[in-house]
Amino acid sequence: MHSAPLLKVEHVTMRFGGLVAVNDLSFEARKGEITALIGPNGAGKTTVFNCITGFYKPTEGMITLTHDDGSSFLLERMPDFRIAARAKVARTFQNIRLFSGLTVLENLLVAQHNVLMESSGWTIGGLLGLGGYKAASKASIEKATYWLDKTRLMDRADDPAGDLAYGDQRRLEIARAMCTEPLLLCLDEPAAGLNPRESLELNNLLRSIRTDDGVSLLLIEHDMSVVMEISDHVVVLDYGTKISDGTPKEVQSDPKVIAAYLGVEDEEVEAVEAEVGIP
Amino acid sequence: MAKANNRASEQTAIVEQGLTPALKEAAFAALVTFGLCIPIVAWGTRQDLNNRLILDQRWDAVAWAVLIVFVGRLLVSLNKQRRAAGGGPLVSMPNALLPAMAKLLPVLAPLAIGFLFVFPIVAIFGSGWQGSIKWIDNFGVQILIYVMLGWGLNIVVGLAGLLDLGYVAFYAVGAYSYALFATKVIPATYPALGVWAFWICLPIAGLLAAFWGVLLGFPVLRLRGDYLAIVTLAFGEIIRLVLINWVDFSGGYAGISTIPRPSFFGIPFNASDSGFAAVFGLEFSPLYRTIFLYYVILMLALLTAFVTIRLRRMPVGRAWEALREDEIACRSLGINTTSTKLTAFAIGAGFGGVAGAFFAARQGFISPESFTFMESAVVLAIVVLGGMGSLWGVAIAAVAMIGGPELMREMDLLKPIFGADFDPTKYRMLIFGLAMVVIMIWKPRGLISTREPTAFLKESKSVSGSLVKEGHG
Repeated sequence: MHSAPLLKVEHVTMRFGGLVAVNDLSFEARKGEITALIGPNGAGKTTVFNCITGFYKPTEGMITLTHDDGSSFLLERMPDFRIAARAKVARTFQNIRLFSGLTVLENLLVAQHNVLMESSGWTIGGLLGLGGYKAASKASIEKATYWLDKTRLMDRADDPAGDLAYGDQRRLEIARAMCTEPLLLCLDEPAAGLNPRESLELNNLLRSIRTDDGVSLLLIEHDMSVVMEISDHVVVLDYGTKISDGTPKEVQSDPKVIAAYLGVEDEEVEAVEAEVGIP
Repeated sequence: MAKANNRASEQTAIVEQGLTPALKEAAFAALVTFGLCIPIVAWGTRQDLNNRLILDQRWDAVAWAVLIVFVGRLLVSLNKQRRAAGGGPLVSMPNALLPAMAKLLPVLAPLAIGFLFVFPIVAIFGSGWQGSIKWIDNFGVQILIYVMLGWGLNIVVGLAGLLDLGYVAFYAVGAYSYALFATKVIPATYPALGVWAFWICLPIAGLLAAFWGVLLGFPVLRLRGDYLAIVTLAFGEIIRLVLINWVDFSGGYAGISTIPRPSFFGIPFNASDSGFAAVFGLEFSPLYRTIFLYYVILMLALLTAFVTIRLRRMPVGRAWEALREDEIACRSLGINTTSTKLTAFAIGAGFGGVAGAFFAARQGFISPESFTFMESAVVLAIVVLGGMGSLWGVAIAAVAMIGGPELMREMDLLKPIFGADFDPTKYRMLIFGLAMVVIMIWKPRGLISTREPTAFLKESKSVSGSLVKEGHG
């Protein structure tokens, strides 16, 4: 059964000068599913992410995010911070971007900025001790505790984020993104640099985020053990073009995907190119 | 903490061991000093009685300078080697003193604030009714103005990580706002409010400066790092040049004089029958006003600190610090970085403006000369020396930077050592510069580089300065 599309990417093209990083890409990420975006290095996956989260404005195309209540957001027209705040799309980064000088807990509190800002009466109420800021800040710590517990970072809550081990930093970044209460969580290579045990743990965390917290996921990943294990739907990119789209099983046996990943003998290039549709 | 230490030792692990490299480094530093000393120290000119220019040679002073640099550099190099080898330092600097002090802060803070409140009384007892004016005014008021400016700039530079080289512009906006309102606007509209001018204009000056902070903020929002520094520097100069050249508005070089002095909540400090002394049945003395000014600036500075402490624990304060750490991550979390930067500029500028209004009221006369780039540089030096983001560090640095050179004037006790013709005021800038170099070597991240977290679950652990970023501008 296919649920309703949460994110619809339609005919998105991104050009940097003469370079076409993403070429007429269309795909959907459905609600309650884990969608994986895979492809060889330089295929344009991170560019797609940056377009969805507003860090780039696509040259052409439309990106629509639809909430449960039917309201929809045209992401390509929104500034990046509003995509996170209103459209409820959170993301992590390929090269971890934590606030290294803030503690783990503070990292999670910063993520709840907009909720807290409102409850503190845009600072003025909170400064004077008015309004529900106290209650809100207590609630924010509770939410942070929930995610610390879930990502097994409870013991490190009061340590600076920059002091965490690499795997912990990866999980903290996911926890921080989740503290913004997103509907769609975009993860850029969450398993990069993790050992097999950690990446198994990550699988469980991501599944739990999908099932228990009801958040849909879109992830870029090179680690096939993660992709094939947990994703419901896989989109394969090569040279900015979509070459395959389907369940992990379908994608796995797609000759175009195999060709893109493994490469082909010189004499086969033309045949494969004709098949893939590159003129 | 242990990890931070490991990292520090890893960084210094590449230091070459042995006396020869240390001597080499020291010799090189001495050579550089020698080169610099030839034009600056070795030859001095003076005019003799017949107005002839005489060239003095002072090779002994050069020799001293070279020797001091050689020995100092040698010690620094050997120290570095010791630490790299895992041993204790050769000459131990009291590195542990400040963290230990940080632990005592809950005790120290009330003590320090208590001392500030009794300082005028201490000064009166220490140096008499007349002598105390110098201490309260030159030391107390002067230092507290810079403490307040430092704390105001700390919001912009230390918390939000936006390098602002034109902070003096807001100081000037505050000072001129007060001066113009009090000398022109109020007498022309509601002269009866004259005695209240200071109290009415103080918030106006703060708001106007904040407004100018936003005005400066808008065009520079996209700039980072060096570019931001240059544009803010230019902004500071523009304000000063406008004040010089728009003579009708600001009086140009002549400045604005006869600025009304602050009143004791409506009671002026003068010798008249309705003056402060007469009303309270005291003998007239200018000291009352000085003491009153001292308490006013003390309260204003404490207000700045209080607001900063409160704001750090609010979402906007956390967003400032997050902005300093990583702007892109901030945007990915839905934080509007534009308004976050603008509030930092506005609030920092607002405090600068209030300090400016106080400055104008205390001096009674202002001119563009008081708002040169040097002022911005001194305030920025206070923030950086103190440790960006640390209120304590900034306060200590302000005492050292402003009080230190003033104190050097009082160093008559050095006369028996260096001879009767020793004039300590001549050397104060030299010793001041030397102290800055020592701080750079000893505490490159400022006096208090650790960061106190704004929230904690179990225990509050300070964050090592090596993890805290300085911002990208």
